[in-house]
Amino acid sequence: MATFPEREPVEDIGLDETIKKLTPERIEKTILKVLNEESAARLKVYVNTCVHCGLCSNACHFYNSHDGDVKYAPVSKVKDTLWEMIRKKGRVDGEFIRKASRIAFTECNVCRRCSMYCPFGIDLAYLILTVRRICHLLGVVPQYLQDTVNSHAATLNQMWVKPDEWIDTLQWQEEEQLDEVVGARIPLDREGAEIMYSVIGPEPKFLPQLIGHMDQIMTVAGMSWTVPSLDGWDNSNMAMYSGDFEIMARVERKHYDKALELKVKKIVMGECGHAFRGAAYDGPKWLGWLRPPVPLIHAVEFYYDLIHSGRLKIVKKYEEPITLQDPCNIVRGKGLGNKLRYIMNATCSDFRDVEPRFEHNYCCCAGGGVINCGPPWKTTRVNGNRVKAEQFRATEAKVIVTPCHNCHSGIEDIVSNYKLDMHVKFFCEILVECIEIPESLKV
Amino acid sequence: MDLYEIVRGPLAWAALLLFVLGTAYRIVSMLIEARRDKVVYPYLSLKYGLRSLMHWLIPFGSVNMRKRPVMTVVSFAFHICLLVTPVFLLAHIILWDESWGLQWWSLPEAVTDVMSVLVVGACAFFLIRRIVAPEVQNVTFLSDYVLLAVVVLPFLTGFLAYHQLGPYRPMLILHILAGEIMLVAIPFSRLSHMFFFFFTRAYMGSEFGKVRNARDW
Ligand code: HEM
Ligand code: SF4
Ligand code: SF4
Repeated sequence: MATFPEREPVEDIGLDETIKKLTPERIEKTILKVLNEESAARLKVYVNTCVHCGLCSNACHFYNSHDGDVKYAPVSKVKDTLWEMIRKKGRVDGEFIRKASRIAFTECNVCRRCSMYCPFGIDLAYLILTVRRICHLLGVVPQYLQDTVNSHAATLNQMWVKPDEWIDTLQWQEEEQLDEVVGARIPLDREGAEIMYSVIGPEPKFLPQLIGHMDQIMTVAGMSWTVPSLDGWDNSNMAMYSGDFEIMARVERKHYDKALELKVKKIVMGECGHAFRGAAYDGPKWLGWLRPPVPLIHAVEFYYDLIHSGRLKIVKKYEEPITLQDPCNIVRGKGLGNKLRYIMNATCSDFRDVEPRFEHNYCCCAGGGVINCGPPWKTTRVNGNRVKAEQFRATEAKVIVTPCHNCHSGIEDIVSNYKLDMHVKFFCEILVECIEIPESLKV
Repeated sequence: MDLYEIVRGPLAWAALLLFVLGTAYRIVSMLIEARRDKVVYPYLSLKYGLRSLMHWLIPFGSVNMRKRPVMTVVSFAFHICLLVTPVFLLAHIILWDESWGLQWWSLPEAVTDVMSVLVVGACAFFLIRRIVAPEVQNVTFLSDYVLLAVVVLPFLTGFLAYHQLGPYRPMLILHILAGEIMLVAIPFSRLSHMFFFFFTRAYMGSEFGKVRNARDW
């Protein structure tokens, strides 16, 4: 029988130090609380129905990238964490919690691809999120991820961005755009605008030009839009992934409160998948809303509407061979695969699709909070997605479009590690090169 | 009463009753508990639930079934034979007729004979798969072997009894007993996937289709 290497030790004080404070009583109480009080029929039925057939294994990029290493099969990850907690009725030790936390946070992107491979449609990602919930309640969460959650708790954004920094960034981007397009203002807090635009915390911190691009797109398309100057501008939500559902709910509530306060008709959000998931599904679910109180539209859908309706005219096509990533949370999570291909074909002359694609595309291996676990876990993440590198290499494209921040950063790491000689771009970077700027708006 | 009469009489009743009541209990308690899961009922959709079930009940209707053709063929042959054989077996129908005066259409005995062999063969395949495929071995417990035995025994003993291989009467008693054990095991073990399948699949189909606008096969 095949043997597989053990996991290499990885240091992370979020796991190594926190388990020292655990007592057997606290572990048992916490596990039983989550199993018996916080979860109900789904958890029970999923655990009782799984026939241990292993048919979900080939769904997972971790498993496929490690040449069928069984410990990365979706069901194995549930076996090594949740099943064991159930079997021992919560009587597990700190060392076990450390390992469970490692598996749940760094070896599963909760991407839900495996739900499409299990014949019973068992939601393995939900089971892994239940493990994360337990780890969170025990305080055993990778340090970097916990830090982003602390930032959400203290500042309501993910990156400790201070209010003046946020406004400064917006004004800086507005100035840049005013050099390109007449009237490219970024309207702050304009009550009654049609659209509230929200972004994720890392945009003002690391990628402010993306806000500038959206400013240009909104201005050229002539949209009525606004951006909140205070809390509620950040739509990202790492608490959703750390298992801190209370903070998750606070963040989502603030985001929607802001939209209601500004009396907008809809929220358009930047190119991010996890933020879409949090705002569209996981947040509302926890808050007991069937759907968000204000309609929420992901950037891909927004671009599609603008191009399809002719509000944006494409006058030039991007010529380099180009391919794309289907972000799980908007393709498996919202079925935007066709719209994504529509906008790609509308703006690119040499679009090369990937295989597998749409719902069956592989996760980037950065999502689900895995990239937020930080540098200690980068190797896990990059080694866990060799199949992604092979998939891109086969397209022979030069550019990869990733309409999601997690995908973007994760795939950049994959490109450099597997020496792919490709560039990773957001779709808006392509779009601003291709649209017509009407004479009246030319500077 | 001798042993034969016990297994045919009171034990058969007990097994049938446990199967029906156990199944009802498992389903009803699931439906009640599902109310505590905030999302289950609001997300359910008849259309998308059925769409998903269709894809997963038709051979090769899902991507993963196409990726694993051998498993798909064996699994469908196994389940169809498993469900059809006991119901349409001539000898069983004669029993129903003797006890209750109930009759229905039966399959030729040569056919049911082959179908029993297929069930036994498929179980052998599952067993080998459990031992040699690392991803299955890794999630295999003693209970998985026990369940396979519980499923294969009624068919194996039925086949042997029909062909009068080995001592007939003890074999027959063993066969009836094995069938009763399997019946009782269905609601109280992972064999409950027989009815939970329809619920888990329909829920996932609904969540993917109605809420997320995506396919789940
Ligand atoms: C309509 C009802 C049923 C459905 C839809 C169903 C579905 C499934 C599915 C999807 C699997 C996964 C593995 C595979 O594809 O083989 C499976 C496995 C299995 N089923 Fe069923 N099943 C049903 C009824 C039953 C019944 C009544 C039994 C026995 C009493 C049974 C015994 C088994 C066994 C033993 C396996 C496991 C094979 C292994 O060890 O890997 N099934 N079933
Ligand atoms: S990473 Fe995706 S496919 Fe792998 S186990 Fe997690 S949810 Fe399933
Ligand atoms: S495919 Fe489904 S039933 Fe089979 S082992 Fe995986 S989770 Fe369990």
